[in-house]
Amino acid sequence: MRVGFFVTCLVDLMRPSIGFAALSLLEAGGADVYVPPKQTCCGQPCYNSGDRADTIALAKKVVHEFEDCDYLVAPSGSCSGMIRTHYGELFADDPAWSGRVAKLASKTYELTDFLVNVLKLERVPGDYRGTITYHDSCAGLREMGVKTQPRALLAKMNGVRVCEMADAEVCCGFGGTFAVKLGEISARIADNKCQHIVTSGADAVVLGDLGCMLNIEGRLRRRGDATKVLHIAEVLAGEP
Amino acid sequence: MYFKERAHAKLHDAQLQASLARFQGKFVPARKTAITELDDFEGTRDAAAEIRQRALDDLDVWLTIFDENARARGATVLYAQTPAEINALVLEIAQRHGVRKIIKSKSMVSEESGLDHAIEAAGMTVVETDLGEYILQINNYEPPSHIIGPALHKSREEVSALFEARHGTPRKDAIDELCLEARGVLRTHYLTADMGISGGNFFVAETGSVVLVTNEGNATLTTTLPKVHVAISGIEKVVPTLEDVATLMRLLPRSATGQSISNYVDILTGVKDRGEFHGVEHMYFIVVDSGRSAVLGSDVRQALRCIRCGACMNHCPVYQNVGGHAYGWVYPGPIGIVLTPMYVGLDNALDLPYASTMCNQCGVVCPVKIPLPDLQRKLREKEFERDLRSWHERVGLKAWGWLARRPALYGVATRVGVRMLRTLGDRNGMIRRLPFGSGWTDERDMPAPAGRTFREQYKARKAASHPDALAVSVQGKPSASEAREGSRKETLG
Repeated sequence: MRVGFFVTCLVDLMRPSIGFAALSLLEAGGADVYVPPKQTCCGQPCYNSGDRADTIALAKKVVHEFEDCDYLVAPSGSCSGMIRTHYGELFADDPAWSGRVAKLASKTYELTDFLVNVLKLERVPGDYRGTITYHDSCAGLREMGVKTQPRALLAKMNGVRVCEMADAEVCCGFGGTFAVKLGEISARIADNKCQHIVTSGADAVVLGDLGCMLNIEGRLRRRGDATKVLHIAEVLAGEP
Repeated sequence: MYFKERAHAKLHDAQLQASLARFQGKFVPARKTAITELDDFEGTRDAAAEIRQRALDDLDVWLTIFDENARARGATVLYAQTPAEINALVLEIAQRHGVRKIIKSKSMVSEESGLDHAIEAAGMTVVETDLGEYILQINNYEPPSHIIGPALHKSREEVSALFEARHGTPRKDAIDELCLEARGVLRTHYLTADMGISGGNFFVAETGSVVLVTNEGNATLTTTLPKVHVAISGIEKVVPTLEDVATLMRLLPRSATGQSISNYVDILTGVKDRGEFHGVEHMYFIVVDSGRSAVLGSDVRQALRCIRCGACMNHCPVYQNVGGHAYGWVYPGPIGIVLTPMYVGLDNALDLPYASTMCNQCGVVCPVKIPLPDLQRKLREKEFERDLRSWHERVGLKAWGWLARRPALYGVATRVGVRMLRTLGDRNGMIRRLPFGSGWTDERDMPAPAGRTFREQYKARKAASHPDALAVSVQGKPSASEAREGSRKETLG
């Protein structure tokens, strides 16, 4: 099983450790992982800012780089959601590409979904000790159906206790460029999220999208709060 | 003042924030419980979306059928192209019947045209009878902040003070006492008004009826006590049959307030027949276009499915924090940021399509499955195509798209970039102030990058363990098949 690993630009640039944690999880699940060396961005920033031409160009690049793999897996609900649920619409009027795009979309997975439902990972390699609260990032939850998968994996870890926060499914306020364009509203929404995290009593908030992590961590620190902010891959692989 | 500035003010309005917090605990949990009463909520949503879309797909046909059936029952059907035409038609009708006082139940379409002001300017009296609308009217026509709870932003204390000042009565603090006082005031108006104006939740084609969904009973009184009734609503509100209304009604109150059914559902058809006790002598429909046919012909046409339940705004993290006034026009929240630019012009509402995190909670709760984030994105595309965004935003975006298509250059640029950003971090790895990114760092830190990109670290690891595999990524520009071949080697190596 040849699994193309899509690092995502944010992980590539900001927190590569998430990428390596994800790699080790995929390998632990028995996947033959291939990392296309020229990969960059799925095009979502352009897409949500109305720049369709650049989005299409980047989508073609992703299709080109990953279509020979059996699967495309990304440590992000947002980027995998972009490929699985939005690429198709971009090529609706382009018969030369629509088939290829649809094929890639159908084999694109978010990391935890892939670990649980395709690799059927039995044993989680990491060894994390502590109380965790899980934030359901929007695209993972509402585009990729990621809800039970990360929790099922965490349940396999003896040292982990999960205590759910209130409104775990409510947006953290990141929203890509929204966080900068309407930064004040974004920070207020993030602050509500931080309040729920703190109230949960957990010593770490865990989630599956780096964009949301940067937003939540940034707001927590500005509040003077030291709650850890970890990617689910880091916890599962034991490399935070 | 634009959305961003208004939102800033609203975020710092303590009284509003208290009202918003109170409101958030109401409709969202109520809806969550109410939808479990249906055996197949998702299936009902599918059916409702289909009903609304079917009506829109053949809107001209359904409107014609509605028109014929309404006339057959003695009503007069009038059409308004513009907001000004709505007001002109209402004034004409009022004049024809010698009207001096008009009572109104809730109509958002009449907010689009500023109808109350036009009526007053013509020398007549108009009284809003929906409690929320009444509160706003006596507060110098404050605009509504929510499509079904127009005065949600007001506290009980504000209403107490307002009633005391306007009614000249002793101050009352209990909500039921305030309601009774309003009721007393409004009853006199019902009995002395010459004409009633209502909105219309649905126009039913097969019967020529208007359906009104309310909780206070004011619409029933408004549309039956005076001798003239004028129902105003948009062309998109037509549905083919009463059976369709029944399906939509399973979702509308549940999605809106979390009620299984609203306290009142009026289905009003035609004028009073000879010998009949109930009903008005003169019934008028004003069917309003006012930008709707343009929406129908655009790529955001699905927005016209909207049945005005308000669930999208109730569940929107942006609306929940800034309230409805920040949006600046009649329709706030996720549906508003699609409709407002279409009705008032994109150039006049540039920041509205961006007033969303695209979290899609609105799309998930919408009873007629309007893909709201997709429609918001369509408007962003129009702005981009028409160069309506600021130059630095366009340049930044284009630069990213350009760079991301050039992997080698991207590799170099990102290596330099992350190292520079790294140096901005404090000893905890937090960037307190980002040049050109104050939108982020004004109220948040930015965690600094690790300092080396994944791509460079991965390449270094691979090179250390399999020196041969590196060949492919340092070649000039391998063809697709070479690249694939080479990368296979890298994996297998």
